[in-house]
Amino acid sequence: MPTEDSPPVITGIGVTAPTGIGVEAHWAAVLAGKSGIDRITRFDPTPYPVTLAGEVSGFSADDAVPSRLVPQTDHWTHLALAASEAALADARVDPAALPEYEMAVVTASSSGGTEFGQHEMAALYQHEPEWVGAYQSIAWFYAATTGQLSIRHKMRGPCGVLCGEQAGGLDAIGQARRLTRRGARLVVTGGTDASLCPYGVTAQISTGRLSTGTDPARAYLPFDRAAAGHLPGEGGAILVLESAASAAERGVTQPYGSVLGYAAGFDPAPGSGRPPALRRTIGQALADAGLTAGDIDVVFADGSGTPAEDLAEARAISAVFGPYGVPVTAPKVLTGRLYGGGAPLDVATALLALRDGVVPHTAGVESLAPGCDIDLVREAPRSAPLRRALVLARGHGGFNAALVLAR
Amino acid sequence: MSTAGPAAGRRAVITGIGVVAPGGVGREAFWRLLTEGRTATRRLSLFDPALFRSQVAAEVDFDPVAAGLEAREIRRMDRAAQFAVVSAREALADSGVDLSAVAPERIAVGLGSAVGCTMGLEEEYKILSDSGKDWLVDHTYGVPHLYGYMVPSTLAVEVAWAAGAEGPVSLVSTGCTSGIDAVAHAVQLIEEGTADVALAGATDAPISPISAACFDAIRATTSHNDDPEHASRPFDRDRAGFVLGEGSAVLVLEEKSAAEARGAHVYGEIVGSAGRSNAHHMTGLKADGREMAEAIRVALDQARLDPTAVSYINAHGSGTKQNDRHETAAFKRSLGSHAYDIPVSSIKSMIGHSLGAIGSIEVAACALALDRQVVPPTANLHNPDPDCDLDYVPLTAREHRTDVVLTVGSGFGGFQSAMVLARPGVVAHERS
Repeated sequence: MPTEDSPPVITGIGVTAPTGIGVEAHWAAVLAGKSGIDRITRFDPTPYPVTLAGEVSGFSADDAVPSRLVPQTDHWTHLALAASEAALADARVDPAALPEYEMAVVTASSSGGTEFGQHEMAALYQHEPEWVGAYQSIAWFYAATTGQLSIRHKMRGPCGVLCGEQAGGLDAIGQARRLTRRGARLVVTGGTDASLCPYGVTAQISTGRLSTGTDPARAYLPFDRAAAGHLPGEGGAILVLESAASAAERGVTQPYGSVLGYAAGFDPAPGSGRPPALRRTIGQALADAGLTAGDIDVVFADGSGTPAEDLAEARAISAVFGPYGVPVTAPKVLTGRLYGGGAPLDVATALLALRDGVVPHTAGVESLAPGCDIDLVREAPRSAPLRRALVLARGHGGFNAALVLAR
Repeated sequence: MSTAGPAAGRRAVITGIGVVAPGGVGREAFWRLLTEGRTATRRLSLFDPALFRSQVAAEVDFDPVAAGLEAREIRRMDRAAQFAVVSAREALADSGVDLSAVAPERIAVGLGSAVGCTMGLEEEYKILSDSGKDWLVDHTYGVPHLYGYMVPSTLAVEVAWAAGAEGPVSLVSTGCTSGIDAVAHAVQLIEEGTADVALAGATDAPISPISAACFDAIRATTSHNDDPEHASRPFDRDRAGFVLGEGSAVLVLEEKSAAEARGAHVYGEIVGSAGRSNAHHMTGLKADGREMAEAIRVALDQARLDPTAVSYINAHGSGTKQNDRHETAAFKRSLGSHAYDIPVSSIKSMIGHSLGAIGSIEVAACALALDRQVVPPTANLHNPDPDCDLDYVPLTAREHRTDVVLTVGSGFGGFQSAMVLARPGVVAHERS
């Protein structure tokens, strides 16, 4: 029987991602190396240097979201509402049967309701202030998704929103774990993002880190000699994280896995000459889990796709695990970087890898860039007995996070 | 290292306070305004409000050069980031903590913001879209830091750089409870043993056309355009919505024993905090105050304090009818008849409602109330709403023995947060 100290478990997963809607559709696409990257359709990308992205094709808010909420919320929240329904169904949770204050919601958001905001700003500047709609006040801000999930599922516990760009998703799960140790029994966590509108993509272009490639299979290739930036994507994953006692009480016998360790660290200010924080953060997450490097069977990398950042990540992984010391993968090549939704989707994928004993491959990567001395799983999935996985994420500006999962 | 509940005996205390608020930049200017009961609300001047329903705001007269920012910082930082960095530097100087003696990975940041870098985003949008005409905005006009405006985490990045923090850095964005929630987040990091020093607070600079228009659309902001100095009237029967404000507060939190060992001046200890959600409506509140009452109850319970221990309540007091009644009910529900004996005030009557920032500005006010043994008043309260029958400290600050203070926040999304602070030494017993 689980004790108070047993690590929390993940009992449900909902996916709305470029690789598929639903856990199994996503997993089948990942194993098949089937990419969700294609030419942007949400707007005409012709004027822009970036024309490819990972869109959640086949997603219809009218079908997946209560009709009243469709006009009240941004596409980013639509994707989370659909994923949360799926995650709770997957976990077989009936929120009405659990104590209202012991259920919480903590999501990550990188950029809020960007597309909704662009529409409303267009209305404001083309017309007059009174053209701005009432829902702008509840759709654009970063807490919209958490608020809507709390209301939709009648979860009245401590709610949260963490913004750390691509690292935010792991921070949200880390905070969800913290809440299970402070009285919450169940936390709906993870995240989504959707900034595939002209202003959202334009803002991303300003970083100089986006790939301008036009071949969907070659444009985003982390750790490859040909790496030239990343592609953006939309969607993500929502997870149901529960205290082990709560899951056992509900009769859950086979959760996807447990969260053994988590740590976050921040890179030094530019020009300080101090080393980046990723290596230390990995070490802290392992220590938090009570493990050493040898206990980890697979690493899900952040995979920036920017050569200098790829090299930094590969060096951090090699420093902890030794050169080629652990299988590494970055299935996000199939979706693009999903920002707030990215790490939750990686966690979902890692849990499925642990379940099925197979490391999905990093499709498209052919030859590793010089200095990237890692065992990047390429060409095809690799079967292996897997017990524990490490998921890494980095966010723009210097955020680093690491999460340790066990089968 | 563990991220479990509070590690044995680890507590978070406030040793430094930095504030940028309407009415004056800096902690002491802020406290003078509050204790003199002056208001900083005025006709909105950051843009021409003529076409807007609400034309009042609480603005900061902020000169970034005078506030010590360098030219490059000013160029890349949104106004909200400028506020946060100036507040953080003031808090660090006030604290006197020697950060070179602390390992960088033991320094954390917990910063809150409701709307991030919205001013920068809107100003750039206007240019890139040719005033809204082009849906396909022209990326060739994009400034290099445009993405930094889109992701609110930039605000936490700037504070982390200002402090040399390399531990956990978080941007907490829970709408109008962000300020309390971000401080609570940082307290958790210290209590669980992940960090020894944390910069904790929040910032918002939302006085821009898009924010004003969206609050107009739901009639949340005041219509008292003819009398801007008296436009924010919480708990008064003539209230007419909140006054949009801006600002920032950042605190230096330290692990208690380390702060004591270096002989730091301690404003107060954060002894409890909790959040609950109403799961009712994104903007609507039920009159019974049930979930806020629960948050208060849990926060007091963490501190193992009885309602009678509370000597001052810093109310959310936004100046909307539904809020004032909701929280008055919440105080009675959680504190019982003692609610009638506790002075309650809303500093939003003086400095407006700066969305996510205000929660941390109110925590700063609470820490100063503990330190100075004075409670700030509720300005403009001449004709109390008959349904709001507590002691709201009308018009004039009050010298008052202040050992334990409660501050609350209520925000879009249905979030309700409560935090309890105590004067050093008051809560010496074990707490949960």
